[in-house]
Amino acid sequence: MRFLLVEDNEQLAKAICDRLSLDSHIVDHASNLSLASDYVATTSYDMILLDIMLPDGDGRRFLRRYRASAGKTPVIVLTARSEVSDRVGVLDLGADDYITKPFDFSELEARCRAVLRRQGGGASNCKRFGNVEFDALAGTVTLNGAATALRNKELRLLEVFFNAPEQIFSKSKLVDRLFSYNEDVSENAIEVYVARLRKHIEDSNVRIITVRGLGYRLSLA
Amino acid sequence: MSAELKAAGSIRRRLSLQLLSNAALLTLLLVFIVRSFAQQLAEQSQDNILMASVTSILDASAIQQGELTVDIPYSAFSMLSNLSDDRVFYRIDKNGVFLTGYADLPNPTSIQNTGSPIFSTQTYQDREIRVVTASRRLALENQPIELRVSVAQTRNGQDQTLEEISRMAMVFGGGFFAISAVLALVSAQSTVGPLRRLAGAVSRRGPRDLRPVTDRVPAEMVPLVKSLNQFIERLKTSLTRSEDFIAEAAHRVRTPLATVRAQAEITLRRVEKDENRASLKEMIRAIDDSSRAAGQLLDHAMVTFRTDHLEQSQINLAALVGETADRLKAVAELKDIELTYNETGPAQILGDAILIQNAVRNLLDNAIKYSPMDSRVTVELVYQTTSVTLSFHDQGLGFPQSGAAGLTKRFARGANVTGIVGSGLGLTIVDEVVRAHGGDLKIVNNPDGVGACVSISFPLS
Amino acid sequence: MRLDIVSLVLAVFAFCVAPSAHSFEIEHRQNFASNAAQPVTLRILSTADIDLFAPLILSFQAENPKVAVAYHAVSSTELMRALQDEQAPYDIAVSSAMDLQTKLANDGLALPHRSTETDLLPEWGKWRDHVFAFTQEPAAIVLSAKAFANLPVPQTRQDLISVLRDYPDLFRGRVGTYDVRSSGLGYLFATQDARTSETFWRLAEVMGHLDIQLYCCSGAMIDDVSSGKIAVAYNVLGSYAMARRDAKANIHIVTPQDFTTVMLRTVLIPTTAQRPALAGQFIDHLIRAAWLDESRDDYPFPDINRDPLASNTSLRPIRMGPGLLVYLDKLKKRRFLKEWENAILQP
Repeated sequence: MRFLLVEDNEQLAKAICDRLSLDSHIVDHASNLSLASDYVATTSYDMILLDIMLPDGDGRRFLRRYRASAGKTPVIVLTARSEVSDRVGVLDLGADDYITKPFDFSELEARCRAVLRRQGGGASNCKRFGNVEFDALAGTVTLNGAATALRNKELRLLEVFFNAPEQIFSKSKLVDRLFSYNEDVSENAIEVYVARLRKHIEDSNVRIITVRGLGYRLSLA
Repeated sequence: MSAELKAAGSIRRRLSLQLLSNAALLTLLLVFIVRSFAQQLAEQSQDNILMASVTSILDASAIQQGELTVDIPYSAFSMLSNLSDDRVFYRIDKNGVFLTGYADLPNPTSIQNTGSPIFSTQTYQDREIRVVTASRRLALENQPIELRVSVAQTRNGQDQTLEEISRMAMVFGGGFFAISAVLALVSAQSTVGPLRRLAGAVSRRGPRDLRPVTDRVPAEMVPLVKSLNQFIERLKTSLTRSEDFIAEAAHRVRTPLATVRAQAEITLRRVEKDENRASLKEMIRAIDDSSRAAGQLLDHAMVTFRTDHLEQSQINLAALVGETADRLKAVAELKDIELTYNETGPAQILGDAILIQNAVRNLLDNAIKYSPMDSRVTVELVYQTTSVTLSFHDQGLGFPQSGAAGLTKRFARGANVTGIVGSGLGLTIVDEVVRAHGGDLKIVNNPDGVGACVSISFPLS
Repeated sequence: MRLDIVSLVLAVFAFCVAPSAHSFEIEHRQNFASNAAQPVTLRILSTADIDLFAPLILSFQAENPKVAVAYHAVSSTELMRALQDEQAPYDIAVSSAMDLQTKLANDGLALPHRSTETDLLPEWGKWRDHVFAFTQEPAAIVLSAKAFANLPVPQTRQDLISVLRDYPDLFRGRVGTYDVRSSGLGYLFATQDARTSETFWRLAEVMGHLDIQLYCCSGAMIDDVSSGKIAVAYNVLGSYAMARRDAKANIHIVTPQDFTTVMLRTVLIPTTAQRPALAGQFIDHLIRAAWLDESRDDYPFPDINRDPLASNTSLRPIRMGPGLLVYLDKLKKRRFLKEWENAILQP
């Protein structure tokens, strides 16, 4: 996905950009509203991440103007303020969702997914490997024309594999990807989800291969 | 809570009392003046008629054929019956010697020079009489003769007149007082009118209305309104500063935290060694802890402030819960928790939407947080006759048997959740919000030992 | 039993003692007894003729059977003497001498009495709730019918003066009036006449020229006119004249058109009264008989007219009040009598 990040704090912006890049997203960074307006005018984005407090104005003003000029890109507001007083203002002005800093990136990802799903996002979210089609946004895996809905963890696990096929992922890495940092989960929990995924794609020409001692990898059968 | 103000007296009552007592005083004064004036007039008219009688007798005396003749005119006494039916006494003296009349009629104590009549009040035959005495000098063969005539009347007529006048004066006084009293009460009422109007205008304001008071008030109230506006201004400034401070604090604290957390996540992806990964996870956990704590502290402060001056507006509880549940679906999905919401229809309650939303969010958040993966969280909206109950069912750890009630105390955490990030303020906030809206909070563990149910109820509007 | 003896002794004692305890002269006395076992006696001192007054007493007794009445008839001067000088114990004092009655009340010798009946009286009908009027009696001129058979009956004093002047021989020694020196009523009539008009003195002089006869009372004057002894009686009590049916044919009763003095006979309760409450009841009885509209059989006097001036403008009711004291003044009286003697007696 292509993100526009509007955030004035340099360190935070860099951290967010780097983190999102890890998941193969492309992020453009605008450190003030005028830059943001320029970017929005010239490029189309899948998602705008908008901070509220910016040096040259309130993010809400930008939001209002953007919506008034028929801007269609979904906006998720990054707010450090108390959610209580921001709720009404932000959503009413045209934001699609908000998330408080500091946030869990998996929550951000989940919210992006939900927003895009609500919007009826484009078809650009389908990834293909072998004869399996995987729509990360819709959360479905399509095999021979038949689409199956995936549960969250399954979906995320499959997304990890589809983003880097043939790459070996260790169990611990997978645990990190799938579970929040609060959940104390043993690596063996991964086995359950891998088993489920294998079930879903068993009729395809794609396989999740166990590499003993190293982890798992997605490859053609 | 604002302390109960004890009123010290009442302006209206004081004004009314003062006006009434003034009216009473004036009435008494009026009655007294009228009475004494009338009494004076009555006495004067009796004196006048007695004087006329005396004069007519004196005028009718003459020296005829070398002799003093005193011829009492008929009218001298008959005129006295015009005024009243009092008894009449008289005496005529010549050179101090009794000539005719009532010999025992007392002479006035002080006899002055001829020409000026003497008016005196005496007692005669056990009755009070009014005596008028006058003299006239006549010359008989070059000898001066002093003729002194006294005519007296009892005072029954006077007394009767005075009684009548007193009664009249009382009646008029009473009427005057009654009218004054009514006018006094009306005046008092209208005088405190501006005060009441101002009080009404100010009290009708919502709890967040910090506009200056611009109502037009009488000159005497201007200093009060000025001080009030200054106070409002100071409060507004103070509040704004506090709000600004909170916002600024929040921003300053959370932005760096966000940076650290993001970098931690990045590092976690790159690091291979288990122990490094464990440390990074600890870091992230700690950051989440502190940011959650900060968030809840700010929330709690805001909640306390808002419940103090609870805004009351119509809220569609069902819709609000639905929206909140929608927003948390994403978080629930992260743990593969199925979040369902059952409502039986719109529910109208009266309260502060933001506070209610915050409470619902807290409870849902709690339910999701303390539930294991792949479980179910159900929210139900149920009507009772006069209230509506919102219950949150989870399949998590449940609440510790002992001290479920204590969980609503600040920073109290169950004995069984030590591994999970939480600040312990969540339930406190919910409890405060629910109580401020006249509802209540119930925590019940499921009988089969899996999960619990937290329910909050509100009175229907 | 003991009470009976005591009251009997007292009654006898009173009867014996009473006559010798006074020096005023009683002309006539009459007792109206009661059939009750222990009668209460009402003592009346009055100038009215007993025959005239009796019906009123009897009607009172009819309503109050326990009451016995002792009625003592006196002249007005004797009445004054009895009450003013001698404090004689009487419950009721009735007199035609309004001036004397007024003086009694003025000098504090009368008791006040108030009742629903007294409230009915007009202002001029009572004085200070002490003196109450119960008749209206004009002073009339009684003429012999025979003497005036061929003469026009004089309707005014002026007419009378003219006729007396024109026929002195006819009237010499045959005119009569009150001796005002001894008769209270006579004095009252004369002084009221003198006060009202000069004509009185002219009439007095004319009558004085004609060797006028002086009388003590109206009754005697009416008798003599009726029998023809005198032809003209001036200032006679018209009520007496009208009551004399026997003399009706022989006399003309003239109420003079120029002005007629009207006397109001009055009643009061002396302070010496021993039964003031009963006296009050008797006064109420008189008022009822006199002032209520129906003519009663027991009321011998002419009907009282509440508005006398409306019917006859020549009527001059004497006003009760302190004015009446004027002519009672020592000096004033002396002067009047002197003038009167000069006019009437012509020494």
